[in-house]
Amino acid sequence: MITLFINGKMTKVDADPNTPLLWVLRDHLQLTGTKYGCGIAQCGACTVHLDGRAVRSCVTPVSTASGKQVTTIEGLAETTLGKTVQAAWQEVDVPQCGYCQSGQIMAATALLKENPHPSESQISAAMDGILCRCGTYNRIRSAIQMAAEQSGGAK
Amino acid sequence: MKTQMKNMTAQNPLRRKFLKDSTALMGGLVIGFYLPVKGGRAYAADAPPKPAQPAKQIFPPNAFIRIATDDSIAIVVNKSEMGQGVYTSLPMLIAEELEADWSRISVESAPVAAVYNHTAFGMQMTGGSSSIPSSWEQLRRVGASGRIMLIRAAAQQWGVPENECHAENSQVIHAGSGKKLSYGKLADAAAKLPLPDNVKLKSPKDFKIIGKATKRLDTPAKINGTAQFGLDVYLPGMLTVLIARSPVFGGMVKRFDATEARKVPGVQGVYQVPTGIAVAASGFWPAKTARDLLEIEWDEGPGAALSTAKMRAEFLALAKQPGDVAHKDGDTVQGFKKAHKSVSAEYEIPYLAHAAMEPLNVVVDLKPDHCSIWTGTQMQTMDHAMAAKTAGLKPEQVEIHTTFLGGGFGRRANPRSDFVIEAVQVAMAVALPVKVVWTREDDMRGGNYRPMWADHIEAGIAKDGKPLAWKHTLVGQSIIADTAFAGFLIQNGVDVTSVEGAATLPYVIPNLQVELHSPKNEVPVQWWRSVGHSHTAFVVETMIDELAHLAGKDPVAYRLAILPADSRYRGVLKLAADKAGWGKEKLAAGHANGVAVHKSFDSYVAEIAEVSLENGKVRVHRVVAAVDCGMVINPDGVRQQIEGGIVYGLSAALHGAITLEKGRVAQSNFHDYAPLRFSEMPQVEVHIVASSEAPTGIGEPGTPPIAPAVANAVFTLTGKRLRRMPFDQENFA
Repeated sequence: MITLFINGKMTKVDADPNTPLLWVLRDHLQLTGTKYGCGIAQCGACTVHLDGRAVRSCVTPVSTASGKQVTTIEGLAETTLGKTVQAAWQEVDVPQCGYCQSGQIMAATALLKENPHPSESQISAAMDGILCRCGTYNRIRSAIQMAAEQSGGAK
Repeated sequence: MKTQMKNMTAQNPLRRKFLKDSTALMGGLVIGFYLPVKGGRAYAADAPPKPAQPAKQIFPPNAFIRIATDDSIAIVVNKSEMGQGVYTSLPMLIAEELEADWSRISVESAPVAAVYNHTAFGMQMTGGSSSIPSSWEQLRRVGASGRIMLIRAAAQQWGVPENECHAENSQVIHAGSGKKLSYGKLADAAAKLPLPDNVKLKSPKDFKIIGKATKRLDTPAKINGTAQFGLDVYLPGMLTVLIARSPVFGGMVKRFDATEARKVPGVQGVYQVPTGIAVAASGFWPAKTARDLLEIEWDEGPGAALSTAKMRAEFLALAKQPGDVAHKDGDTVQGFKKAHKSVSAEYEIPYLAHAAMEPLNVVVDLKPDHCSIWTGTQMQTMDHAMAAKTAGLKPEQVEIHTTFLGGGFGRRANPRSDFVIEAVQVAMAVALPVKVVWTREDDMRGGNYRPMWADHIEAGIAKDGKPLAWKHTLVGQSIIADTAFAGFLIQNGVDVTSVEGAATLPYVIPNLQVELHSPKNEVPVQWWRSVGHSHTAFVVETMIDELAHLAGKDPVAYRLAILPADSRYRGVLKLAADKAGWGKEKLAAGHANGVAVHKSFDSYVAEIAEVSLENGKVRVHRVVAAVDCGMVINPDGVRQQIEGGIVYGLSAALHGAITLEKGRVAQSNFHDYAPLRFSEMPQVEVHIVASSEAPTGIGEPGTPPIAPAVANAVFTLTGKRLRRMPFDQENFA
């Protein structure tokens, strides 16, 4: 049994320690907001926070998450910053198919937590690993800038 | 684990929704309000509509509106939401005429039934950028009929003439007395009334919802993780299945050994199915781990001989041979004799994978007398029929639940129902509820690609620079051949989707001949966002650009000079040129603009791309697009689709290629089949031409012009013509 803290709640799962965190979230816990896109950390659809930092859950063995705080899209609204980012996403009406958006939002929130006022190039660098096939990148940029402005950098 | 099971139920959105609906129904809170066949009677119902008979009339049988007593209105949408915004734009059509309170609108996905068939294609499906054009009349009539019936119900209740009543914001109002009744209070009575005969639609000047930038109804669910895609469906007792398919198209299993695979904890069984070896396990990870341990010997068949290099040489050779004539105007032989100058070029265009972010997947719950399927499909009617046939069930014993699609781009409208048939075959073998998941690698290597093309164009201009002769030969597999669509989309041996955008040109060219070769091979091919236009716009619009330079003319001015005076292409070309400051604004040093204009799905799009070179590679900084798609339902939706179409086309133009060696697909995942990334994203501006014409397609038309616009800009910058896609195989360093 592996003990996980997911979205503030303690959960025990019976899984092979090598199982990627992604599949524990999805198959064991039905936290389906975190998406599978590539399985090799190329697309970022599986991005979650591990102790506040963005990680690719598809290549993160569940054992390394043991005892750490895992935040998924389902728990993001627990924080003021998470709420602000989601509100900006709503305001800009970012998603199209929506499949990559959990990963985009998780990556954006981690960026803003670390760097409340990212420059254009810092946004590009932080978001470059999260693919979108529908072409929402410019709206994502607008939403991040809006969230940065609204959160005023106060964390 | 008991706690897990409980958790699973609670977390399953389907389950949650079922409980919610059941509770509501038991409490008698929901009254269905369906609009039935013309001449029939409306009825109140508390269950999903039964399949209706196909209808020939303009206003078909309907089951699109459900008004609850709490005044909430559910719109049943018969098109798949794959990002193109139909869960917002189609309800807008109904809500406009229904005079509904937009804030109380929600959406349900339609079950499979003839009532939900595409008004032009006669089957339930989503594709061809046709959702709005084909629903424009139909759904406004649905809404207007509903409004008339609600007004009638209110007038009867009040004992006043109908013409003294009007509807607004989900209420019927009697002007004289000031009486008001909400739709929720009227739905039951209205549903018992006959369908109105005379349905007058609003004048566009009275539109309150259509034409206004409207936030997508699906956004909230897509930013909090609750939107349910096919991969998110979990049924009690369901197994996850991964399939080892042949590494070569058309290959079959000769023998296999699953000894090691079966030892992986969580593996329930290993089965031979028609497409390969299926591993069923408690989840993705054990299924994947076990699949990697399978030992399979394949009978690869003739597909093992396929190589891109060889095919390219064969296609290019064919492009110089006479083919089936797709179009002929005048006499090209005479035209070239009279030409002042001429130019010829050959083009190489690769196979492309759709690579939607959500890999293919299907959930099947097969019982002896029933089959439930959950998947993100664009092709319900065919998938439904093929699932029934595969399972040996009657059509009425099969149901398909269409989830959100994590991108479609055409791949989820497979004319052979490949992913659905396979999943039903797996369910038959496993005899438990299954979720068949394609890994990214399976999806990338699974074929059903945009065809590979080789083209040859010779073109000549007169002394005044105007085109005189144009001979274009296209070589590529037919998407339509051997499908149910062959009867009407293959004409005189020519697959019309192969030559769309090339067979007829918008420009005045007196002598024009277009020929097609449709070679066959083992690689399955399929429509990919904009289908034939995805390659014809590139070859035609780069060649037109060559002619402009041959004539010594500005590319925009040249196009305007050879377009007929009444051409709708002119509007978008001028608007894009104006907004981009074409020929006026000075670009940064080392930057250049290129232009292209193309019509697809009856919409006109011009794009101007500003490019530079970075480390010897093409970099696109800005794209200015102008679109004429007739009347606009949701301007922000139009902008999204043009933005998306550009990015999809740019990914292919810069990076996209599927290649084969010894029959094996060389690419496997996003590291070697690279979509455009965030840091490569250009600024995109979308400008809409105001129009009172009927609305036309918007999902695909943004894609075709981007590759030629970029190639033409690169020519201006470097003097080098890009005639091979993708462009990142060229090194300008």
